[in-house]
Parts: sequence; C-alpha cells; structure tokens
Amino acid sequence: MKLLRKNIEKLNLFLENYPKIGIYFPQFLIILLLGIIISYFSMNASTNMAARGIETGFGFLANKASFDIQFSLIDFDSNDSYARAYLVGLLNTLLVSGIGIFFATVIGFFVGITRLSTNILASKVAEAYIEIFRNIPLLLQIFFWYFAVLRLLPSSDNSLILFNFVFANIKGIYIPRFIWENLNYFLYGFLFSILIIYLFVSISKKKQEKTGLQVPTFTTSLIIFFTINFLVIYFGQVGLTLSYPVLETNRGLHNYMGGVSVIPELIALAFSLSLYTSTFIAECVRAGILGIDKGQKEAAASIGLSKAQILKLIVIPQALRIIIPPVTNQYLNLTKNSSLAAAIAYPDIVLVFAGTALMQTGKAIEIVSITMLTYLTLSVSISIFMNWYNKKNSIAER
Amino acid sequence: MSKIIELKDVNKWFGDFQVLKDINLTVSSKEKIVICGPSGSGKSTLIRCINRLEEHQKGDIVVDGMTLDANTKNIEKIRSEVGMVFQQFNLFPHLSILDNCTLAPIWVKKKSKKEAEELANQYLEKVQIVDQAKKFPGQLSGGQQQRAAIARALCMEPNIMLFDEPTSALDPEMIKEVLDVMVDLAKGGMTMCVVTHEMGFAKEVADRVIFMDEGSIVEEKPTDQFFNNPENERTKLFLSQILN
Amino acid sequence: MKFINWSKQNLFANWKDSLLTITILYLFYVSMPPLLNWVFLDATFFGDSKKDCTGDGACWVFVNVWIKRFTYGMYPNDQIWRINLAFVIFFISIGSYFFVSSKIKKCIFIFLTVIFPFLAIFLFHGGSLGLEEVETRVWGGLFLTLFISVFSIIFCFPIGVLLAMGRRSNLPVIKYFSIGFIELWRGVPLITVLFMAAVMFPVFLPSGTNLDKLIRVIIAITLFESAYIAEVVRGGLQAIPRGQYDAANSIGMGYWKSHLLIILPQALKIVIPGVANTFIALFKDTPLILVVGLMELLGMVNMAKTNPAWLGLATEGYVFAAFVYFIFCFSMSRYSLGLENKLKTTN
Repeated sequence: MKLLRKNIEKLNLFLENYPKIGIYFPQFLIILLLGIIISYFSMNASTNMAARGIETGFGFLANKASFDIQFSLIDFDSNDSYARAYLVGLLNTLLVSGIGIFFATVIGFFVGITRLSTNILASKVAEAYIEIFRNIPLLLQIFFWYFAVLRLLPSSDNSLILFNFVFANIKGIYIPRFIWENLNYFLYGFLFSILIIYLFVSISKKKQEKTGLQVPTFTTSLIIFFTINFLVIYFGQVGLTLSYPVLETNRGLHNYMGGVSVIPELIALAFSLSLYTSTFIAECVRAGILGIDKGQKEAAASIGLSKAQILKLIVIPQALRIIIPPVTNQYLNLTKNSSLAAAIAYPDIVLVFAGTALMQTGKAIEIVSITMLTYLTLSVSISIFMNWYNKKNSIAER
Repeated sequence: MSKIIELKDVNKWFGDFQVLKDINLTVSSKEKIVICGPSGSGKSTLIRCINRLEEHQKGDIVVDGMTLDANTKNIEKIRSEVGMVFQQFNLFPHLSILDNCTLAPIWVKKKSKKEAEELANQYLEKVQIVDQAKKFPGQLSGGQQQRAAIARALCMEPNIMLFDEPTSALDPEMIKEVLDVMVDLAKGGMTMCVVTHEMGFAKEVADRVIFMDEGSIVEEKPTDQFFNNPENERTKLFLSQILN
Repeated sequence: MKFINWSKQNLFANWKDSLLTITILYLFYVSMPPLLNWVFLDATFFGDSKKDCTGDGACWVFVNVWIKRFTYGMYPNDQIWRINLAFVIFFISIGSYFFVSSKIKKCIFIFLTVIFPFLAIFLFHGGSLGLEEVETRVWGGLFLTLFISVFSIIFCFPIGVLLAMGRRSNLPVIKYFSIGFIELWRGVPLITVLFMAAVMFPVFLPSGTNLDKLIRVIIAITLFESAYIAEVVRGGLQAIPRGQYDAANSIGMGYWKSHLLIILPQALKIVIPGVANTFIALFKDTPLILVVGLMELLGMVNMAKTNPAWLGLATEGYVFAAFVYFIFCFSMSRYSLGLENKLKTTN
C-alpha cells in the first residue's frame, strides 16, 4: 500500500515535469486499444468467413437477387440484382417516411395549437391524445393497426365499399386508377396558373412597397387559380375517366384487379408513424408558441397592429424559428422508426436488404454496414442542414 | 390647454386583488407627467390601461376623445396614436432595427416602403442610431435597443407617449443616453406619461409628479412642490429612500 | 353557480368555442357508450377458454389465462418465486429510499447499483447454490422488458458519462473518437443495431464461442443508448458555469479530481429528468427485441394470439399490453416532469 502510494507520487511528479505526456499518452492508448480491438475482430471475421466459405466484398450487389418483393415503386422481379433490391427497399422507406412526415406535421400542428386553446375541453382532449399516443410503444401501435384493426376488414368478395370509390378488404385498400385525356393541357394550364399567381404576388408586393396599397393576395390568387384551370379544363376538353378495380374470381379465389392498390402494411405503418410522431411535433409546436415572450405581442399591439397582423408578422415567424429545428429532428426519428416495417413485413430497406438479402447471401458485415451507412447518411445530412439553419438564424439575431 | 387623457374612478382587479383603486387623473395636451411609487403600487398597470394592454373593470378612460371600454371597436386606432416604450424594450428579434420601425407604418398606416423607410431614418437619426439601422436587436447594447424602441414608437407619429420604466433594465452607463433622448422629446412638445424612478429626469422635464402606493394616487403635485414640499408621510419616506 | 361561470369562461366564451365544445361532447356521446360496453359491460372477465366468452364485448379471459406468460414468459412455473423475490427486494429498497436518512440512502444506492444486479442475475439464472439453472431463452414477458431496460441503463450510464466528458475533451483523438461513436449510434435505428448483434457479433468472435443472445442484445442496446445518455449528460456539463471549473482549478484540482468532486455531482443532478426521459424511450424500444427472437411482453402477446385455441383475440391482447406500457411510461414521464419543475424552482 505504502509502496503504491509512493509510486503514484513519483508518477505525478514525473507527469508534472513532462506535461506533454499527459496530453499524448491517453490519446496514444485509445488508438492502440482501438487498433487491437479492430484487428482482433477482423482476424476472427476472416477465419470465420473462410470456414463458412463466404467471400467478402461488395461484388454480390450485381448478382441476381432471385426473390420477389411484394410492393415496389419501380419495376422489380427476381431476375434483378441485389443492388436494385436495395434501391426498392430504400424507395419504400422514403415513401412511408414521406407519407408519415406529411400527416404527422398536419396532425401535430393541429393538436399542438388545440392544446393551447382557451377552450378547456379542447385543450384537455388534445393533451389526452398526446399522452396516450406517445406513451405506448410504436411497435405495439403498428401491431394494433395491422393485426387488430386492418385484419378485421372483410375478405375480398365482400369488401367494405366507401362511396363506391374506395374498396377496403383484408388484402389492402383499392381505389380507381385515374385515366386522363389531354392531361398535358391540364398540366400546362396548372403550371401557367401558378406562374401567373407568382407574378401577381410579386407585383403586388412591389406595389405595396412603392405605394402602400395592400391587395388581398390570398383571395385573388385563389380566384386566378380556379378561373384559369376551369377554362383550360373546359376548352381543352380535359377528361378524366376512372378505371375501377374489378372483383375477379379465379379458381375460387377472389381478388380485385385494376385500379390502384395500397397494401395494408403500408397503411398500418404510415398511420402509426403519423400518430406517434405527431404527439412529439405537437409538443414542439406548443413549446414554440409558448416560447415567444408576452412582451412581443404587447409591443406589437402597442404600435397598432391588429390581432391577425400580430399573428402573421410577429408570432408565426418567431415561433417557426423555435419549432423548425426540433421538428426536423422528429422527421429524422420518424424515418429511423420506419425501420420497424420489418416487423410487419413491409418491404423497406431493413426487411428487403438486412432481412431477405442477408439471409440469402450470408454477407452479414457488408449488408449490415450498408444499411447502417444509409441511415447514417440521412442523419448526417439532416444535422448538417440543422447546423446551417441554426447558424443562419443565430447570426441574424445576435 | 385641452385634456387629452382623462381617467375617472378607474378600478381594476387581478382576480381578488385590487390593483387600481378609484384613480382620477387628467393629462393635458403637451403635458409631461412622471409617475413614481414603490414596486407593486399599480403604476405600470395604470399606464398600460391607457392604451388598453390591460382592461379596467370599472370607471371611464377617455383618450384623445375616444372612450375605452369593451365596446371599443378600433383599439388599433387608439394604440396607433399612443406610443409605448417598455422596460424590456420588446424589439422584434427577427427583424432588423429598420424593419422594426417600418413595420407598423407599412401595415397599419399603409405607407409605401420608401416613405416608411424615410420616416424611420428620420427618427433613428433623432435617437442617434441611424448607423445601426441594418443590424438586428440582438447585436445592439441595451441603451441602443431602448432608443430603437423609442424610434419605433415615434414612427407611428403618436400624440401621446407612454414610458413604462424605460431605464430600469439598463446598465447605469446607458441610462443617460436614453434619458437624453427622452428629454429631447419632451422639449419637442410631446405629451408624455413616464413611470420612472429617475428623479433627476422628473425634476428636469416633468410638469407634474404623481406618487402611487397600493393602487391609489397618494400625492399629485407640480414638480417643484412635490420635491420641496411633500405632504404625505409615505411620499416623504419614499423620497428619502430614493434620493439618498 | 360557480360552475356556470366557469364553463361560460372556459367552454362557451364565444360562438366558436361553444361550437367546438358541443362537437366534442357529441363525439364523446357517440363513441363512449360502445367503447365502455366493449371494455366493461359486455365483456367476459373470467373463464378458462375462448368458449366462455359469450358476450359481444371484450374477451378478457384471454388475458386472464395468459397473464402468467405475459408477465414471466416461459419461465418455469415452480421457479417464478425467484423473479418475484428479486422484484420485491428491488421495490422495497426503492420505496424505503424515500423514507430513510441520507446516510442509509447512500447504502441503499450502493446496494442497488452494485450488489443488487449480481444478486438479481444469480436469482434469475441460478445454476449454483442449489438453484436450478434457468436458461435465458425461456425468459420473457414483462419481466424481460424490465430486466433489459434496467440493466441496459445501468451499463450505459457510466459509458455515457465518459463519452460526454470525451466529447468535451481538449485531446483531439479522444474528442473525435467520442463524437464519431455518439453520432454513429444516434444516426441509425435500433433495429439495425439489433440485427448487427444477431448476425454480426458471432462473426467477430472466435469460432466456437457462443455468446448468449440476451447478452448480445443488452450489449447492443447499451451501445445504442449510451450515445443518447452521453448527449443528455453533455447538456448538463455545458450548463455548469465556467466559474466552477476555474474555481476547481484554482484550488489545485486536476482534471479527474475536479470532475469527480465538483463538476459531475452538479451536472448529474441537472440531467436526472433527461436521463429519465432516455429511460422511457429505452423502455418503449424494448419490444423491438422480438426481431431477434426474444419475447418480452409484446412478443408474448403476439405469440399468444396465434395460439389456435385463442385466435381472433389480438385486440384484447394489444389493448392489455398498451395499458401496461402506458401505466409505466406515463407515470415515469410525470415523475420526470415533476423533477424538472422542482429543479427549475430551486435554481
């Protein structure tokens, strides 16, 4: 014991005399340790892979995948390569995330604002919504909608039919496919109306700067939009026919053919992701609005701005600055959470690539790394965006 | 001189707590009054009632010929004629100093941007921060921010200016620059109601000084008499504390 | 009278509010009776099999019969007392923590963090001292949920603290190593980390070694959550004023001494609510382990609903599981919110 203490004292004295050792030694140690761990792991990996007769490397990506994917946005069959399967999975991940982000934002803003309502009943209902959906694990919610609710839908031959337009059954939800006539006219007309509105808005803004004249831009834009589009549809003879899904019976099996089908996995996943994430977004929105100092509204009122103007010119611009960074973070979380798709067999990147492809090729290291790297790329690019956004705002304000 | 602000038996409660008790006060055009008193005496609430940031529950308030009550349709109109300067400046952090000043002239008075900017530059010149016009509030010192806030209020060309403890949140070395602007303004003939503890300022510009305590006006006198000859014991005590 | 005034102010202040209130009340009126009927009035609570459920409502018999599996997984029935014993010890020590003097508090804290984990593992796993060995593959249910979340948080806390200190370090290698480590795990979904534990770990270990699946999962979750804990702790370290560091240095303390004695005790106190929130997130993430074949509460429900004798009762199972998770998460989040408010007022 005494010897030890003496040695420690000696060591301390030594370190005081050579302060650089205190800086370099721990760093050197970390590098050494990392090196040992990595080389140990890779040594094991290479022996294990050799024993199992699996080659390492990314060459397999060009090989034939020889499996089918139930749902994909681009053409895919079993003759396509693993690389294309990866792309299908990635697109499916992005699809469900995109849908989820859209609805989560809409619901989240709505609930967050309702939470601040002066109507106590409305505010309490919003609070109950938030507490319920954020405190139940997401996976459980996905299972609930998928296994308990969507599975209660009837079988194909007696589908639930809404307005003779939506056909819901256990195999999915079917809507008619749109078949357009002279669609190009409509698209040109649509773009044209947007252009006109853009010009109108910028001209009236300039006019306001010059003369102070205020034009009701929103109402006028709506009028322009509808007039132009109506005229184009009427004179351009733009037609829309619906190709309805038709119930076909094939060897006793009933199935809807034609139309557009949405698989139940996608519905359950998008639905749960939206509800779950919307609770977090609602809290961000609430915090953002509460985060604005009361004095801001008072000062705005004291210079004669009306309630609507205060909201438009003072509250919303400031609230958005507080809200956008945490909401972006929630978008990222939603995208990462969409990986739970694998649990209900929605063919996202994890299921297709880290699931099926890995099972077939056995290339654990390559495939898991590619999957992780994909998510990491998304995360890093979003955090780069957020840093840029925060920096931009903090320069403007400070 | 014509009456521009008139308060008659004004009462206000926050819940069960009465903040204003039977306040009677008239301010003439171009008059400068200073309101002082211990914290919690209701002096801020009083001037916030004058542009209806707070609603009073009993009594009458008439500002520039318009009565303030629940039926008042265009509070915005009254507010655009009454400028207000806050203790915490309350500049809009997401707008530059110039935009802070042009916001209300553009949106309320429907001035063109060019007109509004000329006006803003004129008043920023007056408070001597025209060189900071492009900066954002967060980049300015407290004294500069408060002067910008005064310019913002002046851009609406109000008839009356209310000041709610304009120097209380400032570091000592910045108080003078703000007070100088206010003295200047007073000399220009503005009607001013100032809640402040700066007794030097009161002596220099005020026509009348009002002392409030526990929600009522305890003493109201022309400036000379107020300082040289206070009657009420509470006023004497307050003055002795604040002047030493 | 007071109620009328209150509702006039808060529910019927203007026509918009009134419309909103009436709409909400109507929706309640439409949706609540069927829901209550399903959950309570028309439901069957007791019985032995699905046949006993005759009403139109929920078949709680399902939950009733399976409750043991939902709680303990496939743990042998005659050994369940071991789990119960461990949890009784756990809750008694936590409960008594709030009623004893600070000196005993310290003892309880050390017991819980140092001695209890080993005791619990010994009780659960057995294999010596006359206790029968129970393999981890039969562990499951709510027991496994709690086991994994508590042990992961115990392991990831010290790692998280070190990473947080590393990220603030002046030594570039340590700093960038910490940043890389933290951002790596924060950037990927937990499910990929679990896949990694399931398929990549075995490849990296010498052939022949077979690391228990549960241990692999706990390692994976620990790596993953430690990154989140690190960010929470870093927030706490940043909140400590510069003066505290200077003061510690000025009385001759080095890096470790000043951190252990001055900085960390203050920082850790601030971050308790954040750590509690991370724990809630971890708790909600545990059902994910079913992708590697471990069945905690949700996994057991999922398995039970596919049992041929109990088909068609998924709703009841999920509602029950949701209720259990909700109770845990909601009470913990309220607790952390309370702590947060308390911290705000004391500072």
